[in-house]
Amino acid sequence: MSISYLEAIREAQSLALENDENVFIYGQDVGAFGGAFKATKNLFQKYPDRVIDSPISEDAMVGLAVGAAIEGMRPIIEMQFADFSSVGFNQIVNQAATLFWRTAVPCPITIRLPSGGTPGSGPFHSQCMETIYAHYPGTIVMTPATVEDAYSMLLEAIAIDDPVIFCEHKYLYYHLKSDSLPKQTLPAKSARIVRSGRHATVVTYSAMLHEALRAADNMKNDGYEIEVVDLRCIKPIDMSTVLGSIARTGRVLAIGEAFPWGGVTSEIISRISSEGFNLLDAPPVRLNSIDTPIPYHPDLWRYHRPTASSVEEELRKLIRE
Amino acid sequence: MANSANQNQKLNGKLSTIAVDTYRWMVLARTFEDRISNIYRAGKIVGGVYVGKGQEAFSASLASQLMKGQDIYSPLIRDMAGRAAFGEPLIDAARTYLGSAQGPSVGRDGNVHRGNSQEGMPTMISHLGAMISVVCGMLFARRLRKKLNTVVGAACIGDGATSTGAFHEALNMAAVEKLPLIISIANNQFAYSTPTDRQFACNELVDRAAGYGVNGININGTDLVECIEGFEKVISLARAGDGPQIVVGNLLRLSGHGEHDDAPYVSNEMRSSDLGQDCLLKAKNKIIEESWCTENECNEIQEQATVEVNAAIAQAESEKGPNPYSHDWNAYSSPSFRK
Ligand SMILES: Cc1ncc(C[n+]2csc(CCOP(=O)(O)OP(=O)(O)O)c2C)c(N)n1
Repeated sequence: MSISYLEAIREAQSLALENDENVFIYGQDVGAFGGAFKATKNLFQKYPDRVIDSPISEDAMVGLAVGAAIEGMRPIIEMQFADFSSVGFNQIVNQAATLFWRTAVPCPITIRLPSGGTPGSGPFHSQCMETIYAHYPGTIVMTPATVEDAYSMLLEAIAIDDPVIFCEHKYLYYHLKSDSLPKQTLPAKSARIVRSGRHATVVTYSAMLHEALRAADNMKNDGYEIEVVDLRCIKPIDMSTVLGSIARTGRVLAIGEAFPWGGVTSEIISRISSEGFNLLDAPPVRLNSIDTPIPYHPDLWRYHRPTASSVEEELRKLIRE
Repeated sequence: MANSANQNQKLNGKLSTIAVDTYRWMVLARTFEDRISNIYRAGKIVGGVYVGKGQEAFSASLASQLMKGQDIYSPLIRDMAGRAAFGEPLIDAARTYLGSAQGPSVGRDGNVHRGNSQEGMPTMISHLGAMISVVCGMLFARRLRKKLNTVVGAACIGDGATSTGAFHEALNMAAVEKLPLIISIANNQFAYSTPTDRQFACNELVDRAAGYGVNGININGTDLVECIEGFEKVISLARAGDGPQIVVGNLLRLSGHGEHDDAPYVSNEMRSSDLGQDCLLKAKNKIIEESWCTENECNEIQEQATVEVNAAIAQAESEKGPNPYSHDWNAYSSPSFRK
């Protein structure tokens, strides 16, 4: 059996719908059509009352989810693309994320954001929005990089009593496959050391994990052993795993596909600098996309985002320091 | 004409009860907000004070006809009267304004940002238009759970907030989902200082209803009986499965936007027009004229309101504010994400 990252997301939703009548899915084209990416394919056929097409109204979709959560439901909102969640931004950060703080009523909603770049998607169908939502108190932001995590973390997201922004990467939807779905899983808030090494640590998440692993593979031939940490959840950040790794390697590169100003990589570097300065043998480094909107043309796009080769280049510089 | 006179007669027994009940909440709200404004002027309230003076009839007529413990009511900044009519304890309001740690948000949010969603009254956020879809979600959830029955949900809003994308999205969504939603629009002619001709270009806000495929009515928001009858009608339509309803109440804000504002932008002409009539005085006159209450009984209502307001404010004033050192600084509900 082989299951893709996208199928894992579908399976997780199917199981959640089956196990809990309070779960429902609301989003554009998610019903009979099965979603723009087919993440909800056949779910409407099984649960016609609870897999529902919404109008193109991201603000109201999230508002509706909050209202339903107040009534004890556990809504899953599918944004057609992460980029369009900007239209629902207000409801996410001001309504959903503050609800428990203001009223002591939990807000168990999951907002799925099909995120990140793929060739030809251009500036408005490629964004990584995790930083924006992570900035606000009250949110949990998950960024699964593997088929297993896509499955288990989505199930956990749906079960959590707080708003979860679930950033699933479109590039991984079809590319990434696994033999089976996991039985035992690591809690979403724990980072995972995916590859151990001693010359430098890469801290990353989502699709960039795979670029980092490729770079580490390439460097192995030259005798470099790169440790790779997959954050899995970027809010909260599991700093003890990150610092534990740096204690072994003394060098760190943080990688994110998102825009370079602020964000997850700067948060990581800032925390390492204040919490683990004495562990470092070289200045911590970070790598993000170029600071422009995301280009459409595949040749520009490949250059715009970090790739195995740009990661490798940074790592070699870092190790030479 | 004959028809409506008949109907009025038929309603009269019920109408008189609702009118007196609603009037009570109007008086309570006016009395409370007058006191709060005075305390504000004395510099003893942190944050802003926004009152519903002149809007009490419109606000309370909706809430007093909803079923507490069943329906949903989402008030906004000018709905002190509606909140009271829907059952909000006066002490919650006093505590929130005066910063008592025992208030519904324990000092985390202030003034009009109070509610109790478990009792059907969601707590507003400031962002105008944002509460309507929340009410949609509450109704939607009840429908999914087959508990909707004859429940209705009401969301209050001002003329200015009808220009937001959130308002449009939520109303359109409610129409598509055919939810029993009542949107009560208090058209008080201004959004802060901005007059309605800088806010929308249709003749009447209610004209929009047709575009959304929903029912809409226009009423005189200064007239208690017209408000009661208008809301009665739309509530029963919504209960009967007729989908979303819009009610536009035309009136004038008889205060500044907030108590910091003396509203120089409201012309004397407008103040002295029909829109500028005080709904509370009008209601009192009407109630006496119809012999639904004697003047004495009306005065008793006022006295009782004063006693209640004094008690609530005295209690809230005697209570401590929140302690930052022992405060639960946690934005998460899930145990594994709490610090
Ligand atoms: C989205 C948003 N923009 C701006 C504001 C600031 N604001 C608060 S009240 C107000 C005027 C609202 O006017 P209206 O909706 O007519 O209600 P009224 O105050 O007249 O009752 C404004 C602009 C806000 N709260 N929300």
